[in-house]
Amino acid sequence: MSKGRVWKYGDNVNTDVIFPGRYTYQLMEPAEMAKHALEDLDPEFAKNVKPGDVIVAGKNFGCGSSREQAAACLRAACVQAVVAKSFARIYFRNAINLGLAVLQCEEASDALKTGDDVEIDFAGGKIISGGRVFKFFPLPDSVIGIIDAGGLIEYTKKKLASN
Amino acid sequence: MGKTLSEKILGKKAGRDVSAGEVVTVAPDYCLSHDNSAAIIGEFKKLGVARVKAPQKLVIILDHIVPAADEKYAQNHKTIREFVAAQGLPNFFDIQHGVCHQVLSEASFALPGKLIVGSDSHTTTYGAFGAFAAGIGRTEAASIWATDEIWLRVPETLRIDFSGKFPAGVYAKDAILKIIGDRGADRANYEAIEFTGPAAGDFSLASRMVLSNMAAEMGAKNGYFEPDAKTLEWVKARARADYEVVRSDKEATYEAVLKYDLSSLEPQVACPHTVDNVKPVREVEGKPFHQALIGTCTNGRLEDLEVAAGILKGRKVDPRVRALVLPASREVYVEAMRRGLLEAISESGCVILNPGCGPCLGAHEGLLAAGEVVVSTSNRNFRGRMGNRDSEIYLASPATAAASALEGKITDPRKYK
Repeated sequence: MSKGRVWKYGDNVNTDVIFPGRYTYQLMEPAEMAKHALEDLDPEFAKNVKPGDVIVAGKNFGCGSSREQAAACLRAACVQAVVAKSFARIYFRNAINLGLAVLQCEEASDALKTGDDVEIDFAGGKIISGGRVFKFFPLPDSVIGIIDAGGLIEYTKKKLASN
Repeated sequence: MGKTLSEKILGKKAGRDVSAGEVVTVAPDYCLSHDNSAAIIGEFKKLGVARVKAPQKLVIILDHIVPAADEKYAQNHKTIREFVAAQGLPNFFDIQHGVCHQVLSEASFALPGKLIVGSDSHTTTYGAFGAFAAGIGRTEAASIWATDEIWLRVPETLRIDFSGKFPAGVYAKDAILKIIGDRGADRANYEAIEFTGPAAGDFSLASRMVLSNMAAEMGAKNGYFEPDAKTLEWVKARARADYEVVRSDKEATYEAVLKYDLSSLEPQVACPHTVDNVKPVREVEGKPFHQALIGTCTNGRLEDLEVAAGILKGRKVDPRVRALVLPASREVYVEAMRRGLLEAISESGCVILNPGCGPCLGAHEGLLAAGEVVVSTSNRNFRGRMGNRDSEIYLASPATAAASALEGKITDPRKYK
């Protein structure tokens, strides 16, 4: 289990504020992308985020564009997981495909605040903070294989090799 | 038990009977990508596969930043052209054609019963032709290029029944904004939307594309109209391939049914900074603004330019407003030119941009400075999308945008009917 701090945001955090369109064809390196993560929502985030931190948001996280950088930039910023009440569907797929943990948990979304210390027990399906324990919605079987392989590229490579 | 259009199309592809909630692994009919093809090529190369598995299924359309605005975009386009040539990809559309969703439709890949995925969130647009069409990410697109396969969850379906007739000055854009405002930006998350009811057949194909395009703004996986005589008339003149008309069964299961009477609608506007922050235009009338954008994949078709030109002809855009007009494709551009629409639009003081995505995604051709406000016919008004994070985007119909451009402030277009 690794520890981190919470960054709390609201509903409908969209892909434009997670990673602005003005950079989508300009920045290709993960380290560069991380510097602009959440820039139009919270300019302090990229400056102060630390490895293992967790984003906690409301419903429909990642709505909007299909741009994969919106998942990649958070992964590059070493965000441990995004916890939300719900995720937009393309964002959910992109995150899984890139190995960014996206955890659905209404209770944690309501209870956690910016600055809270948090630990995530992936194997046990639990989010732990200050003695409080929240269970997250288990991921569908269909996507666990992709995560186990380390993302879709590795998963597809293995599938192609086994054919 | 009856099946929905989505269950039928995905079931046929999976080779078995499927219902909402199941996950299927399927081979799509087409896979769209645009300027992001350069990034997909990067992911594809990581897979260690020499050749694209089904080259005829890839549709690549350069539209996001065309012509290239700087050296990086130019390199991006060059990488794509070289890959297309090396792989012998037959369905490549370079910068002269227009916005991918319009071009793919005009080139008639969007056919009834087809399964189309695209690494662009507004891939839902092809539902207007009775296809199952959903947005995906770029890594997934790379995987499809290599394997000709993707996993998809069969969606539940939200049915929206239309009745009545649009009053003068009210359009498809007002209907979809009203629905999103009423129901919220995540109402249809992971779901299909079926646009139907006694008035569905009255929507032109162009208007159906507005609704299917903006189904994405309710979180929908796909949003469609069942094919009818209008669809087949369009398709028969253009079809590139065989197609199969698929409709939902009468006994199909729906998650919910919503009803909208078009006769009761009035012009709508989505206020900053979410698409579901919708109000009647009259409630924000008089708000001054700096730029109008008429066009894009949402509202850049001939019928949209006709409406705009009808309002702008013989009048002048207010000197406080910069009015940009962005036809969705070269085909639209040429026909609008033939009909004299572009002449009227240009004489009114608008700037006509080349077909493409233009300023909609905030990359080039008319971005906003801090404190500036745009009235746009596009589909998203997220903070910072069209430039500075302290600019504001109001989404509206072409009629509202054109009337507002003339007045220099947000204006109900019904006074110009």
